[in-house]
Amino acid sequence: MPSQLQLHEVTVSYDDFTAARNVSLTLDQGQIGCLLGPSGCGKTTLLRAIAGFQPVASGEIRLHGNLIACGGYSLPPEKRKVGMVFQDFALFPHLDVRRNIGFGLTDRDRGDRRQREDEMLQLVGLAGYADSWPHELSGGQQQRVALARALAPEPDILLLDEPFSSLDSELREQLAGEVRDLLKRNNVTAILVTHDQHEAFAMADRVTLLQSGEVAQSDTPYNLYHNPANEFVARFIGQGTIIAVTVGENGELRQGPITLHSAARHGQPGQALRLLIRPDDIQYTEDSALRLPVVGRSFRGAEYLYELEMPGGQRVHCLTPSHVTVPVGSKLPVAFHLQHVVVFTP
Amino acid sequence: MSTGDTSQIWRKLLLVCTLLITTLATLPGRTAELNVYSARKEALIKPLLDRFSADTGIDINLVTGKEDALLTRLKNEGRNSPADVLITSDAGRLYRAEEAGVLQPFDSAVLEDVIPPHLRSAKNQWVGLSLRARVMVYAKDRVKPTELSTYEALADPRWRGRICIRSSGNIYNQSLVASMLANIGPEATDAWLQGLVRNFARPPQGGDRDQVKAVAAGQCDVAVINSYYLGAMIQSGEETEQAAAERVALFWPNQDDRGTHVNVSGAGITAASRNPAGALALIEFLANRESQQWYAETNNEYPVRKDVQHSPLLQSWGSFSADPLAMTELGRLNAAAVMAMDRAGWK
Amino acid sequence: MEIGSTVPDSVSSRPRRPVRSWRAALVLVAGVIAVPVLVIIASLALPFSGVWQHLLETVLADYVINSLLLMAGVGIGTSLLGVSGAWLTGMCEFPGRRFFGWALLLPMAMPAYIIAYTYTGLLDFTGPVQTALRTGFDLSHGDYWFPEIRSLGGAICMLSLVLYPYVYLLVRVAFVEQSTAVLEASRSLGRGPWQTLFSVALPMARPAIAAGVSLALMETLADYGTVDYFGVSVFTTGIFRTWYGFGELTTAAQLASFLLIFVFIVLALERSSRRRMRFHQGSLRKHPSRIVLRGWRGASALLVSLAMLFAGFLLPAGQLLLWAARNWRGTVDPAFFHIVQNSFLLASLASACCLLVAVFLAYGKRLFPGKLEESLVRLASIGYAVPGIVIAVGVLIPFAWLDNRIDAFARDTFGISTGLLLSGTLAALVFAYVVRFLSVSLQAVESGLTRIKPSVDESARSLGLSAGRVLQRVHLPILRGSLLTALLLVFVDVLKELPATLILRPFNFNTLAVRTYELASDERLADAATPALAIVLIGLLPVILLTRSISRGGGARA
Repeated sequence: MPSQLQLHEVTVSYDDFTAARNVSLTLDQGQIGCLLGPSGCGKTTLLRAIAGFQPVASGEIRLHGNLIACGGYSLPPEKRKVGMVFQDFALFPHLDVRRNIGFGLTDRDRGDRRQREDEMLQLVGLAGYADSWPHELSGGQQQRVALARALAPEPDILLLDEPFSSLDSELREQLAGEVRDLLKRNNVTAILVTHDQHEAFAMADRVTLLQSGEVAQSDTPYNLYHNPANEFVARFIGQGTIIAVTVGENGELRQGPITLHSAARHGQPGQALRLLIRPDDIQYTEDSALRLPVVGRSFRGAEYLYELEMPGGQRVHCLTPSHVTVPVGSKLPVAFHLQHVVVFTP
Repeated sequence: MSTGDTSQIWRKLLLVCTLLITTLATLPGRTAELNVYSARKEALIKPLLDRFSADTGIDINLVTGKEDALLTRLKNEGRNSPADVLITSDAGRLYRAEEAGVLQPFDSAVLEDVIPPHLRSAKNQWVGLSLRARVMVYAKDRVKPTELSTYEALADPRWRGRICIRSSGNIYNQSLVASMLANIGPEATDAWLQGLVRNFARPPQGGDRDQVKAVAAGQCDVAVINSYYLGAMIQSGEETEQAAAERVALFWPNQDDRGTHVNVSGAGITAASRNPAGALALIEFLANRESQQWYAETNNEYPVRKDVQHSPLLQSWGSFSADPLAMTELGRLNAAAVMAMDRAGWK
Repeated sequence: MEIGSTVPDSVSSRPRRPVRSWRAALVLVAGVIAVPVLVIIASLALPFSGVWQHLLETVLADYVINSLLLMAGVGIGTSLLGVSGAWLTGMCEFPGRRFFGWALLLPMAMPAYIIAYTYTGLLDFTGPVQTALRTGFDLSHGDYWFPEIRSLGGAICMLSLVLYPYVYLLVRVAFVEQSTAVLEASRSLGRGPWQTLFSVALPMARPAIAAGVSLALMETLADYGTVDYFGVSVFTTGIFRTWYGFGELTTAAQLASFLLIFVFIVLALERSSRRRMRFHQGSLRKHPSRIVLRGWRGASALLVSLAMLFAGFLLPAGQLLLWAARNWRGTVDPAFFHIVQNSFLLASLASACCLLVAVFLAYGKRLFPGKLEESLVRLASIGYAVPGIVIAVGVLIPFAWLDNRIDAFARDTFGISTGLLLSGTLAALVFAYVVRFLSVSLQAVESGLTRIKPSVDESARSLGLSAGRVLQRVHLPILRGSLLTALLLVFVDVLKELPATLILRPFNFNTLAVRTYELASDERLADAATPALAIVLIGLLPVILLTRSISRGGGARA
């Protein structure tokens, strides 16, 4: 079975600026993908290229096996079967909710249309709001209408452009989960664009991290977190610091007097490497001999996030249960337990 | 402090308003000048007014407009109106002014002498200053003068689709119909209007000169216009106008009975005038030989004075007998005339 | 400044006194401006004369039907032209787009009666086109059919050509400001560019279209010069004929009142029909991506725009130039420059006054959103739909009455006569202009104000600024674009204004419009071309300034 969405070496440029270069990715039917990255990395441009609002300079985009864009050819958006949810929802202000949802259903007869509209209203949990107007709804409700509207014509793929950025942060995580459930239940292929990795992790099966228009890594969220392919990925995903270490005689990784990881396998003795340290790699151990000076801490409710100073001068983070209160300036007893050893050659 | 700020703004606004009003408003002027409300266009009256100023040293302030607008202004301004003299281009409107009480009677032996009584107000409140005849013009190559006779005959079916005339909203037409009412009575006038309207070549449009051009171009064969427009076209110096005027000829209607319908432009002294002596001087000036000559030569109108020679162009049209109907009748029957025209569908 | 006043509190806890005086002033000003309209409507209380019977029996039906047809025709014409122009230059890309973006506004500088004169001169039976047709094909009258320019259809064309810029202006701003995302949403849901235009962009632009068309229709109702010249019997010609023909001012005023009531009803209907809808998507402005038209599509876009510009401006202006070139020697004398000065002075003064009043009223409405204030302001702005001549009468009567009262009082008390203070002066004329054109400034200022959120006001008040200061230091700077638009629009309108000027102007004071009219109505069209051209040229400057501020997006944007 052909994959649902296929980007092959796609380059998108406009005004002499190359927004995305040689991007390839594949999504199977029912998968949820994500284009993640800092602003200006080209993720929105790629999404718009998939939607048909941006022409492709070279490469190919195929949807459900059909070529929809390549250098010199672009199928108009209205002919692609893509559904799109915009950052500001873009509901039609002059139409009520029902007519918004039914907007893309022009090829059905009235009975069919009404039925589908009701279906979608049910699906997003807005059954009683058919006659309301967009300006009368809350942000979360508007987003659900936008979703229903995009899904109503049964598109081959659903595109979501920063769908949660206009909503309150408390709402975001909850909605992200709900939307994912909804898409999965209906076997909808979707691709989401966001700069927020939490959203990406909550929703996507496969995350493509972009850096300045090029793919830094395309993988599952777990792998992105635990097996970053390069320093950019390592720094962008999750929290962590990259510190300079040297390989000891027995292959252990050490910085100065501290042995960070003993099980050898990485590099030759004497070799200088760069090691990724995440907060969960350092654990508070009450009776540990190793005590690192505390230079900062922030209360997180259930936890404290301590900022500790390494002998090399770099700062690393450590999460502890919040009953552990060590003031700034004293030392915190910790032990290094690297679950995944992520090293890079400098 | 908010109160202080707001009252600051108030003070400034008040200052601006007073300044504005004082610069724009005027207090009554001195009496070494005359104020004229004229329905005659500036180009047609200013030269004479300038000459008066040059002769007497009295400055003239002029405002032009449509008769009825000026009349309303006079009525509302009441006794404080700054106007001294009212000049109109139609007798009917003079009558209206008289009836509205905005004019005052005056005594002038000079004027009584030179201006015939039927061209003057019965109550001595206005005088006619120039005579205009409403004549027929016909296409020289399509109509023989023997086919034309009276205004009434224009309702004859032989003229179906061959007549051009301007809108019924025009005062000259209204006065013409008023004269018909006075001369042949309401029923006959109604019948005449029905026939006339059926004979229109096109819905009434444009002014008198447009009617001449339409005849020249072949859209119609006969038109009814004020004679001086033809004169103006002949003397215009503009090719198309002159060419059009060449292709038509003038015909004096009703020469075998009452005579051609005539109208006057005239003037009166306003009731509110603060300088009635000066106003009278102006009117007498407009009735003197030089002014009357000017009317004849520059405007191609007929002077009201019999002792003034007609211009060569007027002479070329020949002499004619004019309807001796009193001008006051034109005013009295104006409303009835408009109603009759409305009933007949004369747009 | 007292520390206490900076305590962030709701507006109602501010000291009451200045608030009440603002409100009283608002009611007063709006009331004074509404006086002429009220005077006209008051005529309904006077007995209805016998002329009414006659009117009903003969011409009234004609007047009403023709007026309705004229309005319908002009409504359709201006919508078609204005929306097409706005769509092409606002949303599409085609060769010459930038030029046409501002050039399509040029017909605004052309008074309707002037364009009527020029087209008549060209297309009339005796004009060059038909004459050439006849000589070329050896035809004579009755042998061929040619559309009659001096007809209802002709009037519709003339007025549409000259009034479509109002629709164009407002709709273009609306299109450009529309959320691109909404349009893209429509395309992602399967509608092509044209379908998107009709099912999304146009409906969303409805308030702008309605505002533009209602401005155009009000101008149409108020027009007298064109319909008179063309011999079309509409309501305004009826009002005039009743006044002039029958000498019955009261009946004329009563007719005008019915016209006003009709306008009120239509405006109210339109407003209520879109009560529940919203048209503004509070959106993030993205750079609008234009629909590129290439090949024959681009060529037709170019042709359509060119045709609009040609018919509405280039052709009449060209004809005027031709006439003026032949005749200017006769008409340009020292008096002419005096007249130019007068026109300029009057237009500047009137537009400034209009702006002041508009800002005051619009801001007052914002501070005190009450039914009374709302209705008064609406009443004050109805002047736009009233023929200039009717407003002139509505100004004449109360001013004269007031002056006479003051004079009588002065005579009785001080023994001196003050005479007429305001009547027959520039003050009366400027006041008439304000009454007539307030709607234009008000619309521009209000649309700018609606883009400033109330929270801006509140934050400024909480920082200790009084209502007046907020206006001065916060709103006016943001509103600069709208204020400029308001000024320019009224300037051009006053420059072209004819009937009210004719009636109310002081002694020895003529404007270009008056001069043009006197010459044209004396059938000296060629001589009238020079002052007419002067009107167009002077009016071009503000129109071009307007277009520049539009293309910067600052025209109606707050």
